[in-house]
Order: sequence, then C-alpha cells, then structure tokens
Amino acid sequence: MAKVRGSIVVNIDRCKGCEICMISCPTGTIAMAEEVNSKGYNFAYPANPDLCIGCANCAIVCPDGVITVYKTKI
Amino acid sequence: MERELRLMKGNEAVAEAAIRAGADGYFGYPITPQSEILEYLMEAKPYETTGMVVLQAESELAAINMVYGGAACGKKVMTTSSSPGISLKQEGITYIAGAELPCLIVNVVRGGPGLGTIQPAQSDYFQAVKGGGHGDYHLIVLAPASVQEMADFVELGFDLAFRYRNPVMILSDGAIGQMMEKVYLNPHRERSKDVPEWATTGKPPTRSRNIITSLDLDPEAQERFNLKLVAKYNEIREKEVRYEEFQCDDADYLLVAYGTSARVCQKSVQLARMEGIRVGLLRPITLFPFPSERISVLADRVKGILSVEMSAGQMVEDVLLAVNGKVTVKHYGRMGGMIPTPEEVVENLRSKIIGG
Amino acid sequence: MAEVTGIKEIIKPENLVYKRTGIMTDTVLSYCPGCGHGTAHRILAELIEEEGLQSKAIGVSPVGCSVLLYNFLDIDWQEAAHGRAPAVATAIKRLLPDRFVFTYQGDGDLAAIGTAETIHACNRGENFLIIFINNGIYGMTGGQMAPTTIPGMKSSTSPFGRDVRMMGNPLKMTDIVATLPGTYYVTRQSVHTPANVKKTKRALRKAIQYQFHNKGTCFVEIVSNCPSGWKMTPVESIRWMEENMLPFYPLGDMKVPDEKTGK
Repeated sequence: MAKVRGSIVVNIDRCKGCEICMISCPTGTIAMAEEVNSKGYNFAYPANPDLCIGCANCAIVCPDGVITVYKTKI
Repeated sequence: MERELRLMKGNEAVAEAAIRAGADGYFGYPITPQSEILEYLMEAKPYETTGMVVLQAESELAAINMVYGGAACGKKVMTTSSSPGISLKQEGITYIAGAELPCLIVNVVRGGPGLGTIQPAQSDYFQAVKGGGHGDYHLIVLAPASVQEMADFVELGFDLAFRYRNPVMILSDGAIGQMMEKVYLNPHRERSKDVPEWATTGKPPTRSRNIITSLDLDPEAQERFNLKLVAKYNEIREKEVRYEEFQCDDADYLLVAYGTSARVCQKSVQLARMEGIRVGLLRPITLFPFPSERISVLADRVKGILSVEMSAGQMVEDVLLAVNGKVTVKHYGRMGGMIPTPEEVVENLRSKIIGG
Repeated sequence: MAEVTGIKEIIKPENLVYKRTGIMTDTVLSYCPGCGHGTAHRILAELIEEEGLQSKAIGVSPVGCSVLLYNFLDIDWQEAAHGRAPAVATAIKRLLPDRFVFTYQGDGDLAAIGTAETIHACNRGENFLIIFINNGIYGMTGGQMAPTTIPGMKSSTSPFGRDVRMMGNPLKMTDIVATLPGTYYVTRQSVHTPANVKKTKRALRKAIQYQFHNKGTCFVEIVSNCPSGWKMTPVESIRWMEENMLPFYPLGDMKVPDEKTGK
C-alpha cells in the first residue's frame, strides 16, 4: 500500500504564532519554535516532518495563510 | 434644441428633469414637502424606458448610502429630501464628500429646528454651505428661485458633480417645491455608458483594483488628501460662482437674497424705486461658491446692504465676510414657514439701513 | 521570504496541494493572532478565484475590525459607513445586476447600528450575499459588549457578564432574516476547525452561485472567535467558542432553496 508523505512550508515572517495549525494537525507534525520572528511571535514549524501526511488541515485553518502544503505517494 | 413647455410643480420638475438628464438611479424616502418627487418617478416608471432605477428606501440613512453605492459605481445617482431627512443624510453626505463621489442631493427646505414645520424656510443654509456632516468638506450648493431652475439645476448639478467628483446640493424650499409654473424641459439625454476610471465595476485584468473609501489611517496621507480637497474647493470658488443682478447698476442700496426670498426682493426693488429709493438685488445662484467678490465690488458703490432670508440670519454672515466692514450690513428674516412680504423688506431697508 | 520547511524532496510543483490564493494581496492582515477574520477572508478569496469572479466582484467592507478588508482582496471595493453596507450593496446590485456583490460585516455593524439596513435589504430580497462575522464582541474598539454578546459573557462594558435584565438580550439576526420572504439561503457556519472551514466554504460557494439565480438575499453567518476581546489565547478562544458560543448559536442551514423547484 502506498504511503502518503507530506511536507509544509511556513512563511515565518507572516506567522502570528496562534497555534491553531498545531492543534489542527492530526499527526503532531507542527510545533511552535523556541525562537521568534521579526514581529516577536514564536512561529509554527514542522518539528516532526516525517509525520506529515500533507492533509493541509494546518493551511486550511491558518488565519494568515502562511502555510503551503505538498503531498506525494511513495 | 427643442424644449418642451409644461406646467409643473417644482418637485415634479426635479423628477422629470432627472429622467431627461439621463439619471441612472434615484433613492428616496417620503417627507413633506418633497414627496411628489418619488411619487412622480414611480408614476413615470423610467425603469421601463431609460432603465433608471427608482427605489423607496427604508430610511433617509439607507437612501443616502444607496446613493454612495451607486455613485461609487460611476453612476449618475440622486436623492431628495427635506430638512429633517437631510439631517439624517449628513453622515452619508460626508462619506460621499470624503470618498470624492459625484451625486445630486435636493433639499426642499422646511422650517426647523427639529420637526419644525412643513412650510418653506431657508434655515438650512449653514448646514448646506458650511458642512453639515463632520470633517472639512464642501458641497457645491445651487439655489433655484423658480420651477424652471429646479429643472435646469438637475442637469447642471450632475455635470458639476462629475466635473469635480463632488456632491452637489440643490437648496430649494417648500414654496418652490410646491408652486406650479411653466417650465421648459430639455430633450432626453441618453444615460451615459462611460465608466469613470475610478469606478468600482469589477476589476478587469487590465487595471488595478479600485477602492472607494474615505478612510486613511496615515495622518500624512490624510492631510495630503485634505489639501487636495482644499485645492478642489478653491478651483470651484474660482470657476463656478453664479449669481444674478437686478437693477444694481445705479443702486444706492443693495438687497442680497436667494431662492424664494429673492423673488420677494425683486418686487421690493420695484416698490422702493417707486418711492425714489435706488435699490438693487444680488441673487446668489451658487451659495457655495458664494459670490463674495461681486458683493465686495458692489459694497464699494452702495451705502448699505440688507440680507433677506427666511432664517434667523445665516447667509448674512457670508455677506458680512464679503463686505468686510466697508458698509453697513443688516439682516431681515422671517422664520417658521413665514415668507417676508415685499413691503416688509422695504420697511426694514428703510429702518435698518437708510435710517440707520 | 524567511521560511521553514518539512522534507525538502517532497516540495515540488507537481506535489502542491495547498497554496495561498493570488486573490489575497501581499498586505499583512491587520488582525490579532488566531482571529477567524483571516480564515473567512481567505476562503472568500479562494472562491472568487475558483468561480472566476475577480472581474465581476464588488465587495462592500464594513466598519469594525475588518474595515481594512479592501486592502486584503484584489477586487474592487467600496468602504461603507458603519452598518450601511446592505444599503450600499443594494444600489450596486441594482445598477450593475450582472456583478457579484457582497457585504462583509461584523456583529456591531450588522446587528446593532445596521439592523434596519440588514433587515430591509433581506426583506426586499436584494440579490447579493451578506457575510456576517459574529464573534459576540466589538473587537476594533477594544472588546465592548455587542448585540450578539451571549448572556453572562464578559466584555469591557459588561465586566461582570452580560446581565440580560439590565443590558437586554442578544440578537440572533440570522434566525430573524431566515423568516423573511426575501431571503433565499440562510446558514450559520464557523471557521475554527478544518472541517468547519470546509463546510463554510461549501456554504459560501452555494451562496455565490445562488446570487446568479436572482431569487433573493443569501446570508451566511460565521461564528468566530476574538481572542483579544475575549482576553484568551487563540487556542483557549476556540475551546471557549465551542463550549459557549456554539450552544447559543448552533451551526447549520436555516433556510435552503428547494433543489427541485429552486424556490
């Protein structure tokens, strides 16, 4: 059975650190960075990139539209 | 140009002239003494002929904001009301001025304050000429003195509104709105198909998006916009002053009056001259821009000036500013729906100016 | 653009599944972190792109937090006075009947100062879309009580909770407009989870398509959060919304056209 693998790209500077992507991620891929962006927000990042299934839930709920999502089957 | 002759009320003339001027939309709300305008339009059904939209709104607030929406589409739109209704429209009017939208607003003035009366008055001069709503802005204000001018100023008003991207007000009163006179009507003008470049009509790929707003949170940008408005108003002051003179050439005394008061004063001039008093009348046709320069020139020649208004004394302040202390300026007014008689005007000219 | 990425090998154009629509401009949204406005804007923008309506769309933005909405979507906009958007949109749609016209209004704008304009536009059956963001509070002015603030809910002008005996009851505008003969499609949705975002997008797509049926007003309420006004973190605000707002404002369609008759 083909396994679905995903990957996200987070636009750091536009992220406001609201964490809604993190709680919406079904696989626990996303966490909030220790460091902050130019606005002082702890930004979202794929802390466990191997877990990403490319479902785009994070991007769909992101109020600021900072996440781009890719998906492939291997 | 063949003009059609009709006997009409001033209010009806506004409605008919709007259809003939190729207006795209009318949004109104009934109030005495101007309800005939909406009634006439509903009866005439221009939406079946020219395609002009006519809508009775749920309030004056809604009506003026419909005007905002239509004007922002680049359409030729208008509303009409009377004093209390015009007060309600002030919010929309300042937004329209702030968004630099062209439109026509007709105020068939009745006495105030508050509900006041349904009889004619000229007590909305300050509101029309000095602002009305908040912020630094001006309307172009036209003051008709006849049913003919009620009709003519609709087309003129639309033309000025689009030339300057500025709201235009016809400041009439209950007498001119309700009186019947003969009126020559212009032939029908096609509704314009031109779309102004600033209009919001849906963004084609060929241009960037158009935004109609009166908001700028950046103070420097807002001040630049205010200065742009000031420059526009100065251009209007320079180019659009309109007035009419009646026997001013040899006058020793001057009456200044607009609208219904000017009609009365024309008779007063005749009465005074029969008694050997050489009086002239200056009738401002535009109240903004005000014919200040002409009044200043006449002030060099006359011994005194009486401002005659159906108000407690509003236009007289602009006359005083124009005269700047050169001669005596006094005010005579009736209020509450009362119209001065020609005799009263002569009597007051005598007591306040000649005897004074 | 600074960015962090997952597995680099997967990031290829052919693998792209989600990307911010080009109808959204590059302007950074003026909203607080976690605010549902941004999500609502984005799905609206996606629909304008997907339905090919950029050249037909005329939006009317409100007064409230979304007053600067016209900076965020690359379409023609009119900024209305507080509460007057339905009157503004009425004229636009009547003068340009083939355009896609919508208002986007908050609860103070639509359900307090603009109640008359909202109800009368809906009652006349004006053929435009009203998008109503209900977060139960005045966000822009700093968290005051709104007409939609639920009983017991705290705000800066109901600091001990809304006491309905003193402050009156919350107004359920969507329930009201659903009873009016002029409305065609009335629904209440939310954008706080991926599933709800998808449902809201479906509802909005229907509302957009229905506009061209010329059968009346479409009205889509989106129950949303206001972390700053509610004085919560974004995640807390979503939990609070689920536990408190949604029982009072239950999600779902309130008026749907009959698919067979189209009425």
